[in-house]
Amino acid sequence: MVNVMARPGADQIWQWLDELPDPEIPAISLTDLGVIRDVAWVGETLTVTVTPTYSGCPATSIINMEIEATLRHHGIENLELKRQLSPAWTTDWISDEGRRKLREYGIAPPQPAGGPDRCPRCGGTDLERISQFGSTPCKAQWRCRECLEPFDYFKCI
Amino acid sequence: MAGNDKDALLNFLLRMGDSALILGHRVSEWCGHSPVLEEDIALANTALDLIGQTQLWLEYAAEIQGEGNSADDLAFLRDAWDFRNFLLAELPNGDFGRTMMRQFLFDAWASILLPRLAQSSDPRVAEIAAKAAKEAAYHLERSADTVVGLGDGTAESHDRMQAALDYLYPYVGEMFLSDEGDAALAAAGVAPDPASLRNEYDALLKRVMNEATLELPDTRFTHSGGRDGRMHTEHLGHLLCSMQWLQRAYPGSTW
Ligand SMILES: [Zn+2]
Repeated sequence: MVNVMARPGADQIWQWLDELPDPEIPAISLTDLGVIRDVAWVGETLTVTVTPTYSGCPATSIINMEIEATLRHHGIENLELKRQLSPAWTTDWISDEGRRKLREYGIAPPQPAGGPDRCPRCGGTDLERISQFGSTPCKAQWRCRECLEPFDYFKCI
Repeated sequence: MAGNDKDALLNFLLRMGDSALILGHRVSEWCGHSPVLEEDIALANTALDLIGQTQLWLEYAAEIQGEGNSADDLAFLRDAWDFRNFLLAELPNGDFGRTMMRQFLFDAWASILLPRLAQSSDPRVAEIAAKAAKEAAYHLERSADTVVGLGDGTAESHDRMQAALDYLYPYVGEMFLSDEGDAALAAAGVAPDPASLRNEYDALLKRVMNEATLELPDTRFTHSGGRDGRMHTEHLGHLLCSMQWLQRAYPGSTW
């Protein structure tokens, strides 16, 4: 007789996914980033719905690979990754925990005002934008006029 | 879907995808050659967004085409006459100023069209456009700022930007041409009639060029032939040589 293991519930799966770092900003997890929109069993298949941050973000395929590898490692065999474009990803979906971790890591978290609120290094508020783009599609480059250090700002979209 | 409607939708998707692809490739040619590091990174990121949008448009185009092609097949295995991009996108980069002027002229169009497409009666078009619209708005902010900065800059930068505008402006009108297919798509609520976007576009251009102290050419003449594939410039073939070389020389190779 085959011993059928109970399939893991959604809470368990979210817990596993919580441990997956973003490939380009490993300080935060994929769930902090808000790109995993849904986890659900459809019959015997686990469906994970993922939304891209930027349409050309090269990390998207790595993110899918990491999700798949992790879930397979935990014994999930029937797995489907679904891409969901709508509603489009927004920085509003970054968790509070994610925002805190970003700041600790040296990246100013996104602000509705369109620019960083304070320098992630010294907390200074006299800031200037160096470039609208940064080391990844999701970031811009700013500089603090108080400590004179440049820093990354997570663009608000 | 009736044959004519299918053709119109396919043409529309190819225009969107090919224009993003060809411009994205052109912009990527700057990688490692820009005047300063920040601009290099900005151009590379802009190219990346455009090529990401290409993926979404061409993937849908391939599905509508229904011949078993992938987005990659469409990008890398068609020849020049099958491309439906605007001529503006395929023009050589010229200097940094001309590249940024072209980017602005394109971003301005995209930033007006995409939010309308986000209301499309075709849900797939709507979701792709909603995603791309956010990126286009961000691109426009930068390209407009740069056009103003260089236009209202030194005598040298001003002259170069005026020359760029004079050279590129006769390619702008193609983005607003309409044919029967466009009329059918407009009637079905899939996409607005391109011509209906012109007034808003002109107003935006006028505002930015005023601020940039640049003079808009006083002509409505436009080159065309890209969006209908009738006649591309000689530049497209050279671009495809470099873009498609790997898939042509080593068919099906992956990494
Ligand atoms: Zn500081």
